[in-house]
Amino acid sequence: MTATAEKLQKRVGVRETLNHISVITKRNMLRNIRLPQLVFFATVQPVMFLLLFNFVFGGAITEGTPAAPEDYINFLIPGILVQTAVFGATQTSLGLTEDLATGIIDRFRSLPMARSAVLAGRTIADLVRNVFVNTLMLFVGFLLGWRFEQGFPSMVLGVAIVLLFGYSMSWVMATIGLTVKSPEAAQTAGFLPIFPLVFASSVFVPVETMPSWLQTFAEVQPITILTNTARSLMLPEEVAASLGLDTGTLILQSLAWTAGILLVFAPWAVRQYRRAVD
Amino acid sequence: MYAVEAVDIVKTFGDVRALDGVTVRFEPGIVYGFLGPNGAGKTTLIRVLTTLIKPDSGTARVAGIDVVTDAVAVRQRIGLAGQNAAVDEYLTGQENIEMVGRLYNLSPSDARARTDEVLERIELTDAKDRQVRTYSGGMRRRLDLAASMVGRPEVLFLDEPTTGVDPGSRLNLWDLIEELVDTGTTLLLTTQYLEEADRLADRIGVIDHGRLIAEGTSDELKNQMGGDVVEIHVTDDDRGSAFAALTRVATEEPKQEGNSLTIPAPNAAHTLTEVVRELDAVSVTPRDIALRKPTLNDVFLTLTGHKAEEEKKPAPSRGRRRQS
Ligand SMILES: Nc1ncnc2c1ncn2[C@@H]1O[C@H](COP(=O)(O)OP(=O)(O)OP(=O)(O)O)[C@@H](O)[C@H]1O
Ligand SMILES: [Mg+2]
Repeated sequence: MTATAEKLQKRVGVRETLNHISVITKRNMLRNIRLPQLVFFATVQPVMFLLLFNFVFGGAITEGTPAAPEDYINFLIPGILVQTAVFGATQTSLGLTEDLATGIIDRFRSLPMARSAVLAGRTIADLVRNVFVNTLMLFVGFLLGWRFEQGFPSMVLGVAIVLLFGYSMSWVMATIGLTVKSPEAAQTAGFLPIFPLVFASSVFVPVETMPSWLQTFAEVQPITILTNTARSLMLPEEVAASLGLDTGTLILQSLAWTAGILLVFAPWAVRQYRRAVD
Repeated sequence: MYAVEAVDIVKTFGDVRALDGVTVRFEPGIVYGFLGPNGAGKTTLIRVLTTLIKPDSGTARVAGIDVVTDAVAVRQRIGLAGQNAAVDEYLTGQENIEMVGRLYNLSPSDARARTDEVLERIELTDAKDRQVRTYSGGMRRRLDLAASMVGRPEVLFLDEPTTGVDPGSRLNLWDLIEELVDTGTTLLLTTQYLEEADRLADRIGVIDHGRLIAEGTSDELKNQMGGDVVEIHVTDDDRGSAFAALTRVATEEPKQEGNSLTIPAPNAAHTLTEVVRELDAVSVTPRDIALRKPTLNDVFLTLTGHKAEEEKKPAPSRGRRRQS
């Protein structure tokens, strides 16, 4: 053993890091498929939400929606995509806190693996999960009569922007989870910011129906921006125009929010991870 | 070069001095056993040596490499099976080991071949396609051991490898660990069981309250007791008078464990005869009397004033307390 003579590896190389990320991503994807409660939250629950909002609230909410009454599903689907992606992001905090609790993170840390792989592998697996859930939403929506009006590329662009935003929200949830540490607390703390953001937004109803103080908040917050972006890429152009901003501006605003959240929360999550494990 | 060299390691958690200046060195190719009761600092020492926590002061080298400044290089050369099995419940046995192999930077095909090899060795081949949550505690332990071996580590760390395992599985695990040692891996293990240290370890470090209080081979430690002991078993009623009788023979107080009393027997058979005579004088007939070699339990009592295996706690096979 001539360990001191050979050159010691100081850090994990780029290729190795990418391998580690893919290994951890695969592991988390297997868990997402195999844990019954995760499968439930990825299938039954979002479908139930979609059906409830469409049939129970649809009629009442349709008053004042820009789209015609029979088209509530067309109004709803872009919003549901955003809601699903954001709710799905809470999976990230749950997964990370469970890993902390079982001690598997200690095993990972004793291995010559890139530290970043734990967080990257988690968030990427949750992104894949969101791709699946949103595809399911579109499929069920299609059965309920949803149609996109501006061509396939626009629709896909809208979904992609929403998924990217969901990815940035995963880092917010990672930060929260690694701060509170226990899975139970992570569940509660994660939904705390999400509920007001999702419900005080244009996801289910046009913001004009809200009291003016709430409208002010609802108009500027990212969930509304994202929802409006998806709508302006999927609804008929004249309806999209009634959203107030042109599609290009909305897309830019959505991407700016996504980038901003990532810039703040990715480093923050990494810091909280170090604090949680060291 | 030493396989492990720790010098004056101190680690505190709040006001708890988990490690209070531990120095230990040993050469490659041996089995080193840390023996100590609950809370002695065994796990903390393992966590320092496996780069999971940084010591407050002191230096540690594993395979000649500094664990603080060259953590990545150390991790390439070690394997760890922590106190609680760190395996993924929802992956199969094979998926678990392959994942760890890939994280040791084995290629996909190497990882697979090596996984087959260690699973075979650990006798889990039949269960390899089952999710781990269907495994028994002993199987989980074995899988954890497999995970720690898959990267062909130079130094392997096993933290209480048989705690919480039923006696039959413990014997199996011992065989496995002994086999492992035949292949030349340096092994550091911790245990609360004297029997385990006695059976597996070439050298033993006795650790208590964050300090290494004695070190040596099993025989050396036993010799610290000054040779043979006389041990008697008496009934509840006789215990008091027997204690007094033994005190008259020995220069020190007898060690007492339930109804068994032990004193050093520097003059062997002569001491034994004296004991019989004194017992007879107070009309005590022992239920059992023996002149024997001291066990590590005697050593532990002598060194620490308390037994090694008191307040034994069952190790949960899943879930664990956070330790950092
Ligand atoms: N993360 C921590 N925070 C606070 N105290 C800790 C922490 N880790 C260990 N300790 C304390 O340090 C001391 C040594 O603990 P350690 O886990 O190293 O003991 P051990 O010998 O492994 O015991 P056991 O046989 O129970 O596993 C104990 O008093 C323990 O409570
Ligand atoms: Mg311990």
